[in-house]
Amino acid sequence: MTTPRAPVKMRGMVVVNESIRSFWKQSVPLMERIGSGERLALSDLLEPVKTSSSLATVKKQLNRVKSKKTVELPLNKEEVERIHREVAFNKTSQTLSKWDPIVQKNRQAEQLVFPLMKEQSAFAPIEHVLNGWKARTPLEQEIFNLLSKNKQPVTDPLLTPVEKASLKAMSLEEAKMRRAELQRARALQSYYEARARREKKIKSKKYHRVLKKGKAKKALKEFETLRKTDPAAALEELEKLEKARMMERMSLKHQNSGKWAKSKAIMAKYDLEARQAMQDQLARNKELTQKVQMASESEEEEGGEEEGDLVPDAVNEAHMTADGLNPWMVGNHSSDAKEAEIQKDPEQLPEPMANEASESEEEEIPVAEEEILLKEFEERRSLRKKSGLNQDAKPVGRQETKDSSTQEVLSELRALSQKLNKDNRQRRKQDVGSVRTVLSVPREGPAAEEEEPQLLQRPERAQTLEELEELSKEGCFQNEEFPRPASEGQQLESNNQPSAPKKKMKEQMIDLQNILTTKSPSVKSLAVPTIEELEDEQEREQKQMIKEAFAGDDVIRDFLKEKREAVEASKPKDVDLTLPGWGEWGGVGLKPSAKKRRRFLIKAPEGPPRKDKNLPNVIINEKRNIHAAAHQVRVLPYPFTHHQQFERTIQTPIGSTWNTQRAFQKLTTPKVVTKPGHIIKPIKAEDVGYRSSSRSDLSVIQRNPKQLSIRHKKQLKKD
Amino acid sequence: MRRLGSIPACQRIASSLPQAQDPFPGPAPVSVEVAQKFRRIDKSKKLPHSKSKTRSRLEVAEAEEEEISVKAARSELLLAEEPGFLEGEEGEDTAKIRQADIVEAVDIASAAKHFDLNLRQFGPYRLNYSQTGRHLAFGGRRGHVAALDWVTKKLMCEINVMEAVRDIRFLHSEALLAVAQNRWLHIYDNQGIELHCIRRCDRVTRLEFLPFHFLLATSSETGFLTYLDVSVGKIVAALNARAGRLDVMTQNPYNAVIHLGHSNGTVSLWSPAMKEPLAKILCHRGGVRAVAVDSTGTCMATSGLDHQLKIFDLRGKFQPLSARTLPQGAGHLAFSQRGLLAAGMGDVVNIWAGQGKASPPSLEKPYLTHRLSGHVHGLQFCPFEDVLGVGHSGGITSMLVPGAAEPNFDGLESNPYRSRKQRQEWEVKALLEKVPAELICLDPRALAEVDVVSLEQAKKERIERLGYDPESKAPFQPKPKLKGRSSTASLVKRKRKVMDEEHRDKVRQSLEQQPQKQEKAAKPVGARPSALDRFVR
Repeated sequence: MTTPRAPVKMRGMVVVNESIRSFWKQSVPLMERIGSGERLALSDLLEPVKTSSSLATVKKQLNRVKSKKTVELPLNKEEVERIHREVAFNKTSQTLSKWDPIVQKNRQAEQLVFPLMKEQSAFAPIEHVLNGWKARTPLEQEIFNLLSKNKQPVTDPLLTPVEKASLKAMSLEEAKMRRAELQRARALQSYYEARARREKKIKSKKYHRVLKKGKAKKALKEFETLRKTDPAAALEELEKLEKARMMERMSLKHQNSGKWAKSKAIMAKYDLEARQAMQDQLARNKELTQKVQMASESEEEEGGEEEGDLVPDAVNEAHMTADGLNPWMVGNHSSDAKEAEIQKDPEQLPEPMANEASESEEEEIPVAEEEILLKEFEERRSLRKKSGLNQDAKPVGRQETKDSSTQEVLSELRALSQKLNKDNRQRRKQDVGSVRTVLSVPREGPAAEEEEPQLLQRPERAQTLEELEELSKEGCFQNEEFPRPASEGQQLESNNQPSAPKKKMKEQMIDLQNILTTKSPSVKSLAVPTIEELEDEQEREQKQMIKEAFAGDDVIRDFLKEKREAVEASKPKDVDLTLPGWGEWGGVGLKPSAKKRRRFLIKAPEGPPRKDKNLPNVIINEKRNIHAAAHQVRVLPYPFTHHQQFERTIQTPIGSTWNTQRAFQKLTTPKVVTKPGHIIKPIKAEDVGYRSSSRSDLSVIQRNPKQLSIRHKKQLKKD
Repeated sequence: MRRLGSIPACQRIASSLPQAQDPFPGPAPVSVEVAQKFRRIDKSKKLPHSKSKTRSRLEVAEAEEEEISVKAARSELLLAEEPGFLEGEEGEDTAKIRQADIVEAVDIASAAKHFDLNLRQFGPYRLNYSQTGRHLAFGGRRGHVAALDWVTKKLMCEINVMEAVRDIRFLHSEALLAVAQNRWLHIYDNQGIELHCIRRCDRVTRLEFLPFHFLLATSSETGFLTYLDVSVGKIVAALNARAGRLDVMTQNPYNAVIHLGHSNGTVSLWSPAMKEPLAKILCHRGGVRAVAVDSTGTCMATSGLDHQLKIFDLRGKFQPLSARTLPQGAGHLAFSQRGLLAAGMGDVVNIWAGQGKASPPSLEKPYLTHRLSGHVHGLQFCPFEDVLGVGHSGGITSMLVPGAAEPNFDGLESNPYRSRKQRQEWEVKALLEKVPAELICLDPRALAEVDVVSLEQAKKERIERLGYDPESKAPFQPKPKLKGRSSTASLVKRKRKVMDEEHRDKVRQSLEQQPQKQEKAAKPVGARPSALDRFVR
C-alpha cells in the first residue's frame, strides 16, 4: 500500500501542467469580455473562464489525489493481538452460544435419561394393530361380515413396503436436508423466472431474431442427437410437433388475419420490411401446418381407441362389480383409505411427496366419481325393473371433466338420474315398508342430522353438569369463606382484646394474676367422688388446704423472680475494658472513675425480643439447640438468595411415611438416569436438531441474539 | 363434502349407535379441605423478592406440593372406618348413660371389651397399653406384674417382683416391659423373665417411652430426668430438674418433649439435648397433680392441688384455653387419640369430649362418667379401640368410651393384628428409622429451616476474610464529567439525588402497604356504602 504513493503524485504533477496550458488556450473569451467594456474583478481572472470538460476531469483527478491519504502506521503488536483475540472470542462465543438453550433446558429438566438418543416411536399402521384384535360383539361381527362380503381389505397391508421404509427412514435430519434442497430449488426457479422476464422485456428485434434462430438450431441439433440415442423420445418430440400443428390449424395465428398482420398489410406496399414480415408469418404457418409423416398413423389409431374406450370401460366395470351388494363402496372405500393415508402423512413426509399425493388424489377423484355415476345409472336401470327403490346420492355436478365428449355423456346421465330421483321419491311415499328392506341413503341425511345435535348436546350437558358442580363448589367456598374472616376477626379480637386499649404500647402484658386466679366454674358432676374417711387422707387434705392458702402468692412471686433471673442471664453482656490505675491513682479501695468506666465500656448489641416477653406465666429458653442445629442446612444453595425461599422448597417431606407411594416415587426420581451397558456419548449437534455446518451456526445465533448480547458483551467489555 | 351415498355400511352402523361416553370425564374431584390438610407450604407468608431462576424453582416446589397433597387427599378414600359416637336422645345427658347401658347396646365383640379385673390383694394398679393397643400390662403397688393380650384375655406372664411397683410401661413392642420398682428400673420380657436391672435409674416414679426415638424417659424421686436409649442400652441424658421429687410426667406425642409437673405449680418441658427446660409454664397456684398432652400436641391438660383442671394451648403462647374447678381435683389425666379427656377423681372417672378431632375438649359437660370400685391410680386410653383402661385400688377396669380412638390404623406402623414375623420386620424398620435423641425440640418442623445463625456467621466471616461484602449492592458512584462539571459539590449533589430517590421509593412502598392494612382493618367495621358517601371529605 505504501509503494504506489510516489508515482501517483508524479502523475498528478504532469496532469496539472497540462491543465494550465489548456487554460491559457481557452482564455481567449476573457479577452473578448475585456473588449466589450464590462468591469473585471480580480476573481474573474482567477477563475477559469469556461468550465471545460477537460478541466473537470483534472479536478476529479486532483480530488482523488487529495483523498488518498498516506497509509497509517501498522498497529503495534499488542493491539493487533488484542483485536485478534476479540475477533476470535466473538467467533467462538457465537458458535458456542447455540448450546445455550439446550444447556438451559437440561438444567431445568426434572429428569435426564442417558444415552440421549431415543428410539423413534414406530409408526404402526392400522392393519398391524388390527392383527391381534378379534371381533367379539355382534356389532363388530356384523361389520366384519359386511367388509368381507365386499372384499374390503381387512388385514392386508395398506402401505407398500417402500412406503413403510420411507416412513421409517425419514429422520428429522433428513427431512431438514430435504427441505433445504427444496428451498434451494425454489430460489433457483425464481432466479430463472426473473431472468426470463428480463429477457422478454428486451425490445431489440435483432436480438430476438438471433435468439430464435439459435434456439431453432439448437432444437434441431438436439432432435438429431435424440433420434440417434433415444428413438422413443424422438417420437415424442415429433408428437409434440404434431400437436403444435394441430393447434396451429385450429387457431388462425399465422394466417395474416390478426390486428398486427392487417396493419402490416397496409404498410407492405411501401415497406419492404413489413412485406418480409408478412411472408415470414405465412411461411411459419405453412411450416407449422405441414404434416409430420411418421407420427400420423399411430396418432389416428390412438384417438380412435380413446373414443372407443371411454364409456364402455366404465360400464363394463359396473357390470363386473354389480355382483356384490354395494358396488359403489369399492371405489370410495379405497379413496377413503388414501385420504386417511394422506392425513397421516404430512408430518412424516416432506412437502413434495405430500403435494404429489394430493395432486394424484385430485386427479383420481373425478374419474372415480364418473365411474360411480355410471355404475349408479346401470344399477338403477336394473333395479327399476324389479322394485326400483334404490335411491342414489344426489348427482354431484361439481367436477369439470376434461373431455368434452364425456361431459356430454354426463349431462345426459344427469338428466336421466334426476328424472329417476323424482320417480323414486313418489314411489317411496307409496310404500314405506319396502324402504326398510334396503339401506336407503336419503334416510341417512335426516338421521345424521338428528344425531348431530345429540352428539353436540352430550358434551354440552356434561359441561353444564360440571359447571353446576363447580358452581355448587364455589357456593360452598363462599359459604365457607364468609365465616372464616369472621372467625379470624374474632380470633384477632380475642388476641387483641387485652392490647386493644393501649395500642401504642404494642402488646400488653398479660396479667399473671388473672391467669392463675380465674374463677373457673366448678363442675357439678353427677358422680361426686366418695371421700374415704381415712385419717391420713384427712391430714393430707388439711395440709393441702394450708398450702393452698399460703402458697399461692409465693408461687407467683417465685416464678416471676425466676423469670427475671432467666432474662438477665440470657441478655448479652457488656464488656468492661477499664484498667484500674491507668492514668489515675490506683490501689486498694480506689475505683476507676465513672467517666472512665463509661468510656471503656463496650455495650453489647440488644438481641431480638424474647419470645416470652408478653407471656408472664412462661419462661421460654432462648438458647440454641446446638445438637439439632448440626442437622440443619447452613449453606444456601445457588439460586436462592434468602433462607425463606429455600425453606419453602424443603417444606414437603419426601419420605414414604408421609406420602403415597406414587408421590414418594415422584419425589425421589433420580435427576439423571443412565442405562447400564450403554455408551453415553458426548452430545452432538445432530442430537439436538442442529446441523453441523457453519451455516446452521449462524441460524442458531440469529434465533437468540439477545442472549448473546447479554452474556458476551460483558465479557467483551472486560477484555 | 362427504357424499351421503358413499358412507360405508360399517360407519353408518357405528354412527347410529349411542356412543359410550364417560358420564364423569376427567379425574375425580378432590375436596379442597381434605387436600388442605396435607399442605405443608404456608403461602400466606410473604417471601422476599426473588430472581426468575429462584422463582421457577419455587413454582416447581409449590406445584409438587399441591400435586402431592391432592394425591394424599385421594388416598383418604382408603380410610373406610368411621369413628364411633354416643348420642343421647333429645335433652338426655350422655353422662347419665351407664356402662351397663352401653354394653347392652353394642355388639357382642364390643361388649366383650368391657371387663373388670378384681384384684384387691395387690392394690392400686398402674397400667399401660402397647402401641398397637393389643396388649395390656399392669403392675400393682404390692409387686404384682402381669401382661396379657386383653382382647383374647390370654395371659402372657404374671409375676410378683416382691417390691413396690411404681410404674409399668411397654417398650417399642409388646415383647419388652419396663417396670419401675422401688429401687431400680427393671426390664422384663413377655415371659416375665428379667432381662435387665438398670441401676443408674433408681427410685423411679414415672416412666414414658418415646417410640420414634427408642428412648425410655424416667423421672425419679431424686429429681432426675433420665433418658435411656433402649436400642443401644445407653443413657443419653440425665437431667437434673432442680425441683424436688418428680412424680408427674407425660410426653407430648407430637414432638416427643417430656412434660414434668412440679410442686410449685409449674410444668417444665424437657428435651435430652438441653440441660435446661425448653419452657416453663406456671399453671397452678398449688402443686401440679397430673399432666396430659393430646396426640396432635396442641393442648395440654393439667390439674393441680388447687382443684382446678386447665387446658393450655401449646402452640407458642402457652396460655390457658379453659379452666374448671373440680370438687376434689383430678389426680390422673389422659387424652385419647381423638382428643377425649379422661380425668380420674377419687373413685370417679370423668370424660370430656370436644367438638371435632383437633378441638380441645370443652369442660362444660362431661361426656361420660363412671364410678369405680376403688381409687383411680392409672388411666390410659387404648389405641385404636374405644376403650379406657383404668387401674385402681380394686383392680383393673376396661371402660367403653365410644368415639375415643382413631378408627383407621396404619398397618405398616402399628398393626393390632400383626403376626410375630410382621412385628419383627416392623422392628427392624423402626430401628432403621430411629430418630436421634438430639433432634427433640419444641417445633419439630424447625429441622426444615435453615440454620440462620450459622449462615449469618459464615457470611460475616467471609466478609471479614475478603475485606468487602461481595453480595452487597455497590454504592452509587457518580461518573466523572468533563468541562468543570465534576466539581466536588456537583458530585455530592448527584449522590444525594440518587440517595433521595431510593429513600422516596422506600417511603412510597411503605405508604402503599399501609392503606392495604387500614382497609383490611376498616372493612368489617364499615356499614354498607351509601350514595351520599361521595360527599364525605
